[in-house]
Amino acid sequence: MTAAVFFGCTFIAFGPAIALFLFTIAREPLRVIFLIAGAFFWLVSLLLSSLVWFISVQISNKESAAQQKGLLIFGVVLSVLLQETFRFAYYKLLKKANEGLLTLSQEETMPISIRQLAYVSGLGFGFMSGAFSVVNILADSAGPGTVGIHGDSQHYFLSSAFMTMAIILLHMFWGVVFFDACEKQRWWAVGAVVISHLLVSCLTFQNPEYVASLVPTYVILFLMGVWAFYSAGGSLRNLKLCLTCKDKDLLLANHRPR
Amino acid sequence: SLVFSSHLVFEPMFRCILLLLCNSVENKIYVHLNYSIPCVRLLNATHQIGCQSSLSGDVGVLHVLESEANLDWVLQNGPNPPYMVILDSTLFTRSVMMKLKTGSSRVAGVVVVAPSSNPAEGFSPHTTCPNENSGVYSESYDPALAHCNVTKWNPLGNGLSYEEYDFPMFSLKDDNDTQAIKQCYYDHNHVVNGSSPRYPLCAMQLYSHMSAVTDTATCMRRNGINFSLNPETVCDPLGDFNVLASTRPLNYTDKGHKTGESVVIAALDSRSFFFDIAPGAESAASGFVTLLAAAHALRNATQDAQPNRTILYAFFQGETFDYIGSSRLVYDMDNKQFPLDLDNVHSVVEIGQVGLHGESKLWVHTDPVSRRNSSVNEEVEKLIRNLNSSALNLSLSLQEPSFSQPLPPSSFQRFLRARPIPGVVIQNHNSSFTNKYYESMYDNAEYLNMSYPPNLTPEEQLEYVTDAAKALTEVATIVARALYTQAGGSDPIHEFVFLSSQVTQMLYGFLVKSNNSWFQQIVPSDFAIHLRDRPTNFYVGVTQQHSEPTLLVQYLLANLTGTTVNITQDNCQNQREDEDDKESKHIYSYMWVQGAAPPNSTERVAFCVRSTVRLSKALSPAFDLEEYTSKDYSTWTESRWKSIKGRIFLVASHELEMLTLGVGVAVLIASLMLTYIISSKADILFSSGREPTAATY
Repeated sequence: MTAAVFFGCTFIAFGPAIALFLFTIAREPLRVIFLIAGAFFWLVSLLLSSLVWFISVQISNKESAAQQKGLLIFGVVLSVLLQETFRFAYYKLLKKANEGLLTLSQEETMPISIRQLAYVSGLGFGFMSGAFSVVNILADSAGPGTVGIHGDSQHYFLSSAFMTMAIILLHMFWGVVFFDACEKQRWWAVGAVVISHLLVSCLTFQNPEYVASLVPTYVILFLMGVWAFYSAGGSLRNLKLCLTCKDKDLLLANHRPR
Repeated sequence: SLVFSSHLVFEPMFRCILLLLCNSVENKIYVHLNYSIPCVRLLNATHQIGCQSSLSGDVGVLHVLESEANLDWVLQNGPNPPYMVILDSTLFTRSVMMKLKTGSSRVAGVVVVAPSSNPAEGFSPHTTCPNENSGVYSESYDPALAHCNVTKWNPLGNGLSYEEYDFPMFSLKDDNDTQAIKQCYYDHNHVVNGSSPRYPLCAMQLYSHMSAVTDTATCMRRNGINFSLNPETVCDPLGDFNVLASTRPLNYTDKGHKTGESVVIAALDSRSFFFDIAPGAESAASGFVTLLAAAHALRNATQDAQPNRTILYAFFQGETFDYIGSSRLVYDMDNKQFPLDLDNVHSVVEIGQVGLHGESKLWVHTDPVSRRNSSVNEEVEKLIRNLNSSALNLSLSLQEPSFSQPLPPSSFQRFLRARPIPGVVIQNHNSSFTNKYYESMYDNAEYLNMSYPPNLTPEEQLEYVTDAAKALTEVATIVARALYTQAGGSDPIHEFVFLSSQVTQMLYGFLVKSNNSWFQQIVPSDFAIHLRDRPTNFYVGVTQQHSEPTLLVQYLLANLTGTTVNITQDNCQNQREDEDDKESKHIYSYMWVQGAAPPNSTERVAFCVRSTVRLSKALSPAFDLEEYTSKDYSTWTESRWKSIKGRIFLVASHELEMLTLGVGVAVLIASLMLTYIISSKADILFSSGREPTAATY
């Protein structure tokens, strides 16, 4: 298609992530550092899974369609497990780093909380995975053509962009829920994150039935969002307070040090 | 030019990070054209001709043109301009092309589907008066004969090759790929009873951006500008090498030689509308194959009894483009840059288009202006008598056109421009050409009646003597006998040994495939890999390279007129008889050729061929003199290009594109606002009652 499609898809896929970055992360250097470190950890997990993928494709039978399909499912599952393993590894590393930061800092409190780290690292994972899933599609969307010469749906670009947006936000929510679960040692919640990640990844096998993959993904996104909201300390009461604009009084009443 | 085209043409570009994914996304969108031949831009002193696309390729919605009336859809009614017009060769006419040219704002490009058989009614994209301004017949020579006033040589010529188009044009074969393109059109774009088709539509993008513009003077000036570290050339002069050989060795260090010579000429090049299909079967191959056969026959005769005069065989390159080869040789002779001098040229015989198509008449054309001089006239008449007596007891007869008719387009005209030399041009036509496909892609083996019985192996085809070969052998016989007499040989009807098998092999090699067992034997091993399984392309090309026909003719001529000498490979390749020999290289040329494998072996037995064959530069003198607006010499140049490719794909409607952009902008703005609100109220949202200290946020 054209530049219009390129920018449209870029805004859809990365709009929320860019907004979050601008308003919550860009101002604080420490958060930027942890965001990039999170992105790096996701990259390393991709490197490992692509190595395994490369080797298994080489040794597989390229003629057999069933084998290739099986290989693809294996690759997706492996990749999801590796990503979650690296999320755990990153959590462990951040715990250690935070202790170090605490000893270095002059103040009594930690410069950045585990909840903030959870959000920042989740967004880091999301940025990188979103970039990898959509950049090559975006590159081709800038050309004159659209998908469909072999009979595929022409909504490919649009649905890819929406899928990427969902994946980025999901990674953010997963990060929050995962770290919270680790803090509280609620291992079933960690399991739930892994399973929902697997589920979302496997939903893409529904493509090119884009409705069949996008609708469940957005349902999961909504549920994970609610869960993450609660894990991050949100509640229905807070939401009500916020929406009814009673926050000012509350702020004054609380006098919390920042 | 060719330098760039060969490795860039069909290479799809993959620019992305993950090769696996990326291939599949691009393959979902684009189908690349495998076999596509562009029309390219050529320039001369005053004009640019040919086609070009914009730098990023031209995109248009496909439209398969069904009839000339159907053009209205493309030029006026169609709702989705610009259109990429696909036409069958029957619609590739001047009237259609001129309408497309004038309406070019609605035309993105044109694709011509070449048929698998020749059109019966004839087709020539050349002009009606080939090389109109570069021959001898100018206003000053004889106003009555100028500009083809007497005879329009190529009446079928529609001049399409000499028009300029500001859209790209490609040629496709009528094969499965082309069928797929048409199917894409019928699936997505085909209109039933006037309603406009619904998106997505099938479209095509063609890349053939040309670097040079305006004219040769402009592009040659731009070639000289060195702004950057690696200066970019935008155009190259057309040209190649002439192939020359003589019956007596000439010393190439000794310029301005002083013996009487007869010159025999044949042209070696052709062209067509599209870049690298120039089969030139009748317009080039019939003539030079005849001359090669005659030269071979004369080898034995001149070895037995050397006639008084030397015969010089000349195969000129680039004659289609204002006589590049012959004008250069005449220029060199005039300026004492060649062993011969123009004054030594006794007479000229030129073999033009001599494909006979079942006729048994050849026409001997002469120049009426120079024959007004009685001494020239006398020589010409003698020459014609020679030719006539050579045709005795053959089935062919020679005739003269009416006395007032000028010469057809021929290299001999360039000699006449310099001196009134006696000479004749042998052609198969009386007035206008009998060639229905002059300088077109249909001037091929099929047209020359080279038909083979079915189920022959390539090896059997090579040996099979076609009717075309038999006819050309007769022509070669006449030429060889006449030349022998003309050179002063004693016996007028010498018994020449003629092998029609050899003529048929040559025709097969040039017009069917050069990669055959005979050609493999007579070329050096490093050239053998360049032999192809398709007809030779006779387009002259640009000066940097030797083109395939030049080299093939050189090797053939060396083998047909030279002798095998028993010297080592090292000496042969260093152009000497033995280690102390310093003189032979000025007189002879030596070639180390592959040879054949003996019956019970696979190893070829290579050998050395000594001959008088030379290559001489066929670059128009205009480029040496830097006279890029010259009226005397050819000024043709070929533009350079970076990539020639095409692809088909679907395009989405403008509405869908705008919708995507709108959704994107809406998502961006909404998320900016939402995030701003949430982040400004994060204190309240994420402060849980259970953690009153709120140490985390």
